Order: sequence, then C-alpha cells, then structure tokens
Amino acid sequence: MPQLPVAFLLQSGPSRLLHLSTIDVMIIVLYFAMVLAIGLYLKKYTKTGEDFFLAGREMTAWVAGLSFLAANLGSLELMGWAAAAYQYGILATHWYWIGAIPAMLFLGIVMMPFYYISKTHSVPGYLQLRFGEPSRALSAITFGFMTVLMSGINMYSMALVMKVVLGWDINFSIWVSSLTVAAYVVLGGLLSAIFNEVLQFVLIWLGAILISIIGLVETGGWDGMVKRIAERNPGQEFTHLWSGLGSFTDNPMGIHWTGIVLGLGWVISFGYWTTDFLVVQRVLAAKDLRSAKMAPIIGASFKMMVPFIVILPGLLGLAVLPEKLVGEAAAVATNGHSYNEVLPLMLARYCGPGLLGLGITALIAGFMSGMAGNVSAFATVWTYDIYRAFIKKEATDEHYVSMGRWCTILGVLVSIGTAYLVMQFLSIMDYVQALFSFFIAPLFGTVVLGMLWKRATPQGGFWGLLTGTLSSIAMWAWVKVDPSAISIIALSPHAKDMAENMYRALWSWIVCVLVTVVVSYMTKPKPDSELVGLVYGVTEVPGEGHLPLMQRPAFWAVIVCIVFVILNVIFW
Amino acid sequence: MQKDRGLISIWFFIGVLLLAYGVLILGNGLYELSSPPEHPVVLNELHAGIWMGAITLAIGIFYTYRFYPKKGK
Repeated sequence: MPQLPVAFLLQSGPSRLLHLSTIDVMIIVLYFAMVLAIGLYLKKYTKTGEDFFLAGREMTAWVAGLSFLAANLGSLELMGWAAAAYQYGILATHWYWIGAIPAMLFLGIVMMPFYYISKTHSVPGYLQLRFGEPSRALSAITFGFMTVLMSGINMYSMALVMKVVLGWDINFSIWVSSLTVAAYVVLGGLLSAIFNEVLQFVLIWLGAILISIIGLVETGGWDGMVKRIAERNPGQEFTHLWSGLGSFTDNPMGIHWTGIVLGLGWVISFGYWTTDFLVVQRVLAAKDLRSAKMAPIIGASFKMMVPFIVILPGLLGLAVLPEKLVGEAAAVATNGHSYNEVLPLMLARYCGPGLLGLGITALIAGFMSGMAGNVSAFATVWTYDIYRAFIKKEATDEHYVSMGRWCTILGVLVSIGTAYLVMQFLSIMDYVQALFSFFIAPLFGTVVLGMLWKRATPQGGFWGLLTGTLSSIAMWAWVKVDPSAISIIALSPHAKDMAENMYRALWSWIVCVLVTVVVSYMTKPKPDSELVGLVYGVTEVPGEGHLPLMQRPAFWAVIVCIVFVILNVIFW
Repeated sequence: MQKDRGLISIWFFIGVLLLAYGVLILGNGLYELSSPPEHPVVLNELHAGIWMGAITLAIGIFYTYRFYPKKGK
C-alpha cells in the first residue's frame, strides 16, 4: 500500500507559517460560537421533512442564490483554485466564467421551472418521476459516492491549511470542524446549512479580498503584476485567457480551446451546475418559481467576481512570492512549499493580527460551507432516494427526519475516512475533475434529454446514464494502464491531466446521449399525460410578461451574459 | 425570509458577528499605531487593520440595526 501523504504530514511534525494572536483566536472562536448558535436557534423551526430537507421552501431569491454559490465555495475554491492559478495562470479563471456562468443562467431560465413545478425534493427524485426507479437508484448511489469523496477533499484541504499556517494537529482540525458542521446540520437541517452558508459567504469575501487589494498595491496594479510575472517566468503565458489556447503546447495547462469550450464550458459545467444536487438543493428551497429562477442568476453574478478573491491571489503569488512553489511530491522531497499553499502564504504575507484571524476564519468558513453542502445533500438523497425508496417505504415524516439526522452524522464520519484518498492525484482539482467526468457529465445528458425531449423513454434514460458512466470510468482506467492512450482520449499526445478530464467528460456525455436516443427509439414512450410538469412541450411554464422589466429573471440573465462577454474580451 | 414563522433574519446574525469583528480588528489596528508589531507584515504602513476594521464595523452596525428582531415577530 503506498504511503499516504497525509500520514506523512502527520509524521513530519508541526511546522507553521505564523502564530495566531489572542485576537485571531477570539475571531475564530466567535465564528464557531455563532454557527452553533444559529443551529441551536433553528432547531425549533425544523420539525417536518420539508423543513429539514428543503428548508421549508421559503427562501428568498437572494438567500437561495448566495447559498447556492456558497455551497460550491468550499476549500476547493479557495485553496485549489488559488493553487491552480499559480500553476496554470489566468486559465484557471475559465472554471469561473465559461465553466460556470452559461450553465448557471441555463439552470435558472430553462431547467429550474421543471425542477420546481415537479415539486421534486432532489435530482434523483426528478429522474424517478421522469424515467422511473432504476434511473433514480443509479443516480442516487453515484451521487452519494461522489458526495462523500468531495467531503473528503474538503477535509484534506482544511487539515493541510491548518497544519501549514498554524501548525495545528491534523486530527484536531478535522474533528473540530467536522463535528461542528455535523452539529449545526443535525440541529437545523438544510435551513441551518443555508443560514450558515450565507454567513460563510460574507466571511469568505471579507477575509479573502484583502490579499487581492494589498497585493495589487504591492505590484503597482494589474499591469505591474503582469510585468513581474513575465519577468519571473520568461517564455510562459500566464495572463491571457484565450490567446494561448490555439495549441496544446502554447499554454501551461496543455489544453486546446475546444476542450475548454466543449468539455468544460458545455459538458462539465452544465453537468455540475444543473444536475449536482449539492447546489440544486439550495435553489429548490426558494419560496416561489420566480425566486427559484432568480437564485442561480444572482449566484452567477457573484460567481463572476470570485476570481478576484481566488485566482488573483494565485497570480499575485507568481508575481511576489520569493520562493518558487512546486508540486506536492517535490515539496515533500525538498521540504519546500507546494502550489496548494499559495493562499496561506499570501495570507501570511499581508495579514497582521485580527486580519489574520479573519482570513483564517474565511478559510474555515469555506471548508465548512462545502462540507455542510455535501453532508446535507447526502442526507437528503440517502433518506428520500435510497432509504425511503428501497428500504422503508411506509414510515412517518418524523421517522424520515430522524433518519436524516443520523445520516448527517454518518456522512461526516465517512467523509473523514475518505480524506486520505485525495493525494493520489497530481493536484486537488484534477482529482475533482476526474470525479465530475465519471458521474456528472452522463447525468447531465440524461437530465437535459429528459427535460427537453418527450420521446426519451425510461429505458433510454437508464441505459444512457449507465453506459455513459461506465464509458467514463473505462476511459479513465485505460489511460491509467496505458498513458499513451491520452493521445486518443484528449486528441493530442501533449495533452495533460486537465485536458484529459475535459475530453473524457465530453465523450461520456456523447455516449450517454447516443445510447439514450437509440434505446428510446427502440422502446415505448410514456404518454404525454404522464409527462406534464416534467418535460418541455407538455408543461405550462408560468410566463413573466406581467412583471416589470426589472423583476424579470430573463432580463437579469441578459445583463449577466453581457458582463460575462465583456470580461472575456478584456482578459482575452 | 420566513417572516410568517417569526424567524430572525440571517442578516441580523451576520451584522452581530461583523460588528464584533469590526471592534476587535479596528481596536487592534489602533493599538498597533502606538505599539508597532515586532515582525510587521509586508506593507504594514498601509494600516489595513484600521480601515478594514472600520469598514467591517460599519457594515456590522448597519445590518444589526436594519434587521434587529422586532417585538411580536
């Protein structure tokens, strides 16, 4: 059995970038006290299944939208993408812009009406209504598997940052944070998770924005930063979004623009933002259809700004950090710092007492919001789509709420166990992309066909989802066994891991769609009467014509779209 | 949000926490004016603690006041 990196870190003894002052500790303790107090306060409001699993379906568009985004702002966003920005430059921004914005707008305008009108409690629940039990079972099981692995990533990232920055014992970090999350989610369910996610969203911004502001002051603004990066990395392109994507060899990510547009911008992005129940669950908690449509649009407008607190610190690290950061393995061998440590290193560079506590609280808030998102979604899917569907069909609402609470604890415990798997991959984000392409890309094919094509049959949906998922795993295994296969999967021998993930997602989505279409034409479709509320063409979606322009979701979607295009042109 | 059930707004909780943070950070920033740190961070002369603490405090006061739970709700 290979030596696990986290175990190595445990053996390497405490090392730290800085010490916390009394004020920093007070800020962190206040944060923990507040999230627990919110959980305790909300317990009395969480009595029914709809309260616990869907927050009573009473959230405003703003709360649902910020929670929708915060659930995604886990440790991966903060640590992983700052690391990716140091490693790959501004190309990492694609995961925030083309890799998120179009999909979020599509969710709000096109897909949300079907999720909301069908009154489903989950994405697997929608598949059950549209395609039947086999599709729900497959989707629920794969989602549960992916969710606990994602929680493990959160655990690992949190433990790493606490060790590097504060010298805290890894076990202490994992158990204190995860038990706190378990406590407030068990107490208040999704309601508590959403409340805390909005709080965490504010803290993440407040704690992280300082690095970008002071960093730009140090480099003399954006132009000064670009100049420094060019001087320190001659011959490498780190500061243009699109101009280096004409060839696999012209950019540090080793990817072609077709991979970014089709693999990331289409399949992975749409798959994640429109079918991953972790994020969709927050929008399902909206109080009405208009709020449910507005929530992803509000989320998209903030998502466009996240690179300024995540990608920019990574780029600033390239410009100002005195030592060259390296990959995880090289960092362990040389006792240096890895890419993954760029954000804490920048925090240590600029933040004194008080501000440091705020920055650390931002990181902890990120870890906890991501973890809570995974755990609450896992509890819902397990309770409704596995336990109630296949194990105990007839039970009281109270029983299912109790099961949700126990499942939350179980999910946290299983997540802790998966933390040790994370370092098997080149970087944290590469690992996540691999997971996305296994499950998310084919799921998107199944859901989008289910919503937009009424001829799709239950058999077509199930076999498309199954073959898409299996084909993705098979392609991944093929490259692991024979690395030269990457030239076939990713269309070039120069392609790197990130590019392979993009193309694998694309192929698995195509396999899913083709199999769904072929099997659907070979089998009998459901009558239209059974598809009302589930499929475009047989569902009456309430119009927005009676609303003033400023209250129409479509109007704001167009505004976000225009800003998105302008940003891409500016940083071309 | 959920006003019919009498829930306190999340923005009130956020306001209270930011108010406390603002007091702590601004207070420490002012203290450091008279007693500079032994190992200052890069660009310590910008006194980020003072202006960041003041902004945090202002936001905290606004949200605490604006979303303070009303009696009978």
